[in-house]
Amino acid sequence: MAGPSHLPLGAMSVLAWRNLWRNHRRTVIMLLAIAIGVWAMIFMTALMRGMVDQMIKDGIDALPGLVQVHHPDFRDDPSIDHRIPEPGPQLRKDLEASGVTGWTARVRVPAMISSERNSRGVTLLGVDPRGEIALGFDPESIVEGRFLESRDDNGLVVGRKLLERLETRLGKRVVVMSQDPENNIADRGFRVVGVYRAKLSGLEESFVYGGLETVQALLGVPGEVSEIAITGEDYRQVDPLYRQVSGVFGTDPEILQWTELDTYLGMMLKMMDGFVLVWLVVIFLALSFGLVNTLMMAVFERVREIGLMQALGMKPSTILYQILLESLMLLALGLLIGNILAIATILPVRDGIDISSVAEGMEMMGVSSVLYPALKLKDLLMANAVVIVLGILTSLMPAWRASQYRPVEAIAKT
Amino acid sequence: MTLSLRMAWRNLWRHKRRTWLTATAMIFSNVLLIFMISLQLGSYDMMINNTLQAFSGHLQVQQAGYNDNPKLRTSIPNAQALADRARQALPGFRVTARAAAFALASSEQRSFGIQVTGVQPEFEPGVSTLPGLVSEGRFLQDPDAAEIVIGSVMARNLKVETGDELTLLGSGRDGSFAAGVVTVIGIFDSGSNDMDRSFAEVPLNYFQETFAMDGHGSSIAVSVDNLEQIPAAVTAMENLVRDGNGLVVLDWNALHPGLQQAIKADFASAWFMYGVLIVLVAFSVLNTQLMSVLERTREFGVITALGIKPGKLASLVMLETVLMSAIGLVIGVFLGTLVALYFNTNGFSYPGMEEAAERFNLPGDVYPSVSAIALLLGPVVVFMFCLLASIYPALRLFRLRPVEAMRAV
Repeated sequence: MAGPSHLPLGAMSVLAWRNLWRNHRRTVIMLLAIAIGVWAMIFMTALMRGMVDQMIKDGIDALPGLVQVHHPDFRDDPSIDHRIPEPGPQLRKDLEASGVTGWTARVRVPAMISSERNSRGVTLLGVDPRGEIALGFDPESIVEGRFLESRDDNGLVVGRKLLERLETRLGKRVVVMSQDPENNIADRGFRVVGVYRAKLSGLEESFVYGGLETVQALLGVPGEVSEIAITGEDYRQVDPLYRQVSGVFGTDPEILQWTELDTYLGMMLKMMDGFVLVWLVVIFLALSFGLVNTLMMAVFERVREIGLMQALGMKPSTILYQILLESLMLLALGLLIGNILAIATILPVRDGIDISSVAEGMEMMGVSSVLYPALKLKDLLMANAVVIVLGILTSLMPAWRASQYRPVEAIAKT
Repeated sequence: MTLSLRMAWRNLWRHKRRTWLTATAMIFSNVLLIFMISLQLGSYDMMINNTLQAFSGHLQVQQAGYNDNPKLRTSIPNAQALADRARQALPGFRVTARAAAFALASSEQRSFGIQVTGVQPEFEPGVSTLPGLVSEGRFLQDPDAAEIVIGSVMARNLKVETGDELTLLGSGRDGSFAAGVVTVIGIFDSGSNDMDRSFAEVPLNYFQETFAMDGHGSSIAVSVDNLEQIPAAVTAMENLVRDGNGLVVLDWNALHPGLQQAIKADFASAWFMYGVLIVLVAFSVLNTQLMSVLERTREFGVITALGIKPGKLASLVMLETVLMSAIGLVIGVFLGTLVALYFNTNGFSYPGMEEAAERFNLPGDVYPSVSAIALLLGPVVVFMFCLLASIYPALRLFRLRPVEAMRAV
């Protein structure tokens, strides 16, 4: 912007700032519009992010794990026929050496559970309690009794809803029936030692937990499991974990990431970024009409003045810069207010917004009844970038028109 | 009146570009709102219909307490007879009686816990789409036969094909041991993994015999042609069961509380977005009208000096806004309707929708609903807010002092 007939940037800024406040009502209204738009962009994005984050976390806890290892046919036909050996000492060492934060091996088979009064079809899990907790089972979710204590625990932990359905209670015996690899019925009485409560009540009805070794003995498959679930640091970056696990287990078993295990969840994560961008652009478009209008008015009422400046030797490009600078100041100020407003409204509700009035509906989408807004720096920057970049682009039109006036005609205009 | 109308119209076109820009802001948001709202309403209707038509029907008669805790003993006596009476009382609606229990189903190789439902082969297809989704073999026909129709995933898991036998083990209504051998005559593919994995149907008479039901059933399901008929059907059914043994009538809302809430939650969050959009447009109008009032200070000064009342001027400014908003409304509704009609015939889909669709019982494409409410709700709200926004500029006219105003630049 250097050149003999250009104004220095300092002078231009002062001019732009003063021009902005010549008609303070108009500027304040536009500022308010930008601030509300930016607030809505950031606030809504934080809510949506929070919802999807929570959904994915809960979903991964229910899977569980970021990566799972199965017999290649298990997912198609989840029977005890399709099992894999429990990791031996060497495999354990390899697993623990890599960037795995937790892993567990579990038996997972369809079963029938019966009380004295009712029976239900369920999924029986034979688990190692410590591994299960490492994978996200929250011991706090046990509402009655206790969680399993060891791999050979004889007790059974069931969901609250299932207990209601079976019309039985803590301490009572239930019979679990499943099938061993020879297709014989394998059944066994269990005492209900614990009752858990899940965020999504559908899970409460379907999963019952028994000790790994107890279940292996019931099914006659000592030392073998249905799946190995592995978790790591960040659900967004599973590839390195996946590579490590593949290195440990080789290509024989089927190794899948959570995005493939639950395609709905995987898709939600992918769609989210696109959805945020669409939202930002839609809000910006609604703003842009007002922005162009404001700038056009500002130019229009200054036609004579602009003509005079040109007649005095100001270059058209300087006028263009001048208008752009005004627009930039307006946008920056609006962004500042909008950002402060957004942060000020998100911080007080960061401990969660109670949406339990629509809990069952949210559960259909896989969302629990408290919503935690998640303000991400990335989203914040993106909202600001969208407004600044598109804002400048939109301002080019009125600014360019202003620079194209012919001095003589412009001065003569009333 | 016609004079002020003409004045307002001319005033509007003094700044052509500004008027068009403001009107375009309205058109933009109107088209967007029409598209979104018609899409939403369309998908809600489909969600409700698909969920209800798959199996449950639009309303059901049950023994009180059955819906919260479905037990074999919480049952309806003489279920078939009640269904017959309902069919007579409600001509035009489709009615079927059912009974449901959990059982262990065993093939030669596998056993699984499943839900077995006894249905009336003759009437079930009127209420549920499941009989039409039988992809292998056929649906039940004989009301007494020892036959079963199962889901495709269950068939794969049990490793059975049509013609194979299954053993059912469970407990009867009186607590006795219930067992039966049934032949698989059909396999359905509903697209819902849950249903295909754990759902099976047998003839109701056979079910009642096997599970010692003594003529009892679990529910009477009723299906109507469109959602508006539901209240009438509920009343009719309530009259029918008024004197009967604690029976209750539940509409789809009571049968699927989650469905209504999902719709409510979705609607509320969508309205937050719409609200922001509408407020931004209103600001645009506020700015335009304020500018147009301020730049005419001198002119208004002269007019008031000539004896025109400020109220008259204020209504002129409001009239200008009405005209401008009307342009936005008419063009917006016109374009929005075109968009909605286009997708109404061609269907709308976005990446990732299939995964979401399966979760909510939707097909892969959504067809926006083209109804008066879907097409007008958004634009009318925009119109109202634009009028609200012009109140402030109009009110300013009452503070106008003719002499000062005439001197203003």
